[in-house]
Amino acid sequence: MASALVNVPARARRGAVIEIKTLISHPMETGYRRTQLGAPIPRDIIRLFVCTYNGTEVFRAELHPAIAANPFFAFSTVATESGTITFHWTGDNGFSVTESAAITVD
Amino acid sequence: MSRRTSRREFLRNAGGVAAGIGLWSVVAVEPARATPAAMEEAIRKVVGAGRVSPGRVKLELPPLVENGNVVPLAVSVDSPMTEADYVRAIHVFTEKNPQPEVVSFHLGPRAGRAAVTTRIRLADTQTVVAIAELHDGSFWSASAAVVVTLAACLEDA
Repeated sequence: MASALVNVPARARRGAVIEIKTLISHPMETGYRRTQLGAPIPRDIIRLFVCTYNGTEVFRAELHPAIAANPFFAFSTVATESGTITFHWTGDNGFSVTESAAITVD
Repeated sequence: MSRRTSRREFLRNAGGVAAGIGLWSVVAVEPARATPAAMEEAIRKVVGAGRVSPGRVKLELPPLVENGNVVPLAVSVDSPMTEADYVRAIHVFTEKNPQPEVVSFHLGPRAGRAAVTTRIRLADTQTVVAIAELHDGSFWSASAAVVVTLAACLEDA
């Protein structure tokens, strides 16, 4: 099944800008392809990716079929306080994956 | 025993092959494509009545792509990302993919830096456009031309 990888620094200085990288396995079937018999392949993509920092949304991406398979995102956020950063992917056919990472800010 | 192909036979076979190729290309040309006009429309939907000015946005894509299925894209906006001055969103559009929208990123002052990297698909040699929406409602854009050798999206599975 779907597995997600997230890369968050374990420790950071207060106020520092940290880089977060996420990768999730997903075919991102566009819905524009056909089988060799000509039957259309139904769309199956991740629609939304949300990153929350201790419950506050810090980054959100709306995906379309033009995102490559196994969506990868690298973005940044400010390390404000110790806590958890949660990542949530939702998509077609009830796809839903949540992953989280702990961060210590000093 | 060797049987030589007569001129008549040759022409008949050649005609059949040509007709086959013709039919095949009619079938193959069918996939839907967005047009630059469709991209304009998609941009209008995001921008509304606002005006898009070039500048402040940096869109990085390789100029020559071998495989359109995985194209690294990096977009950044020249902004201090403070409570008073930040980037609200970055939208990416393409001219010739089946659908003009690629991705929309929503940021805020908590992002610290207005820079995002991802990987996209490109169905053809075309121009990719990134539009940034700032806190004050102004829009800024950048574009990049990409040559694609192997197209994404449209091949059979």
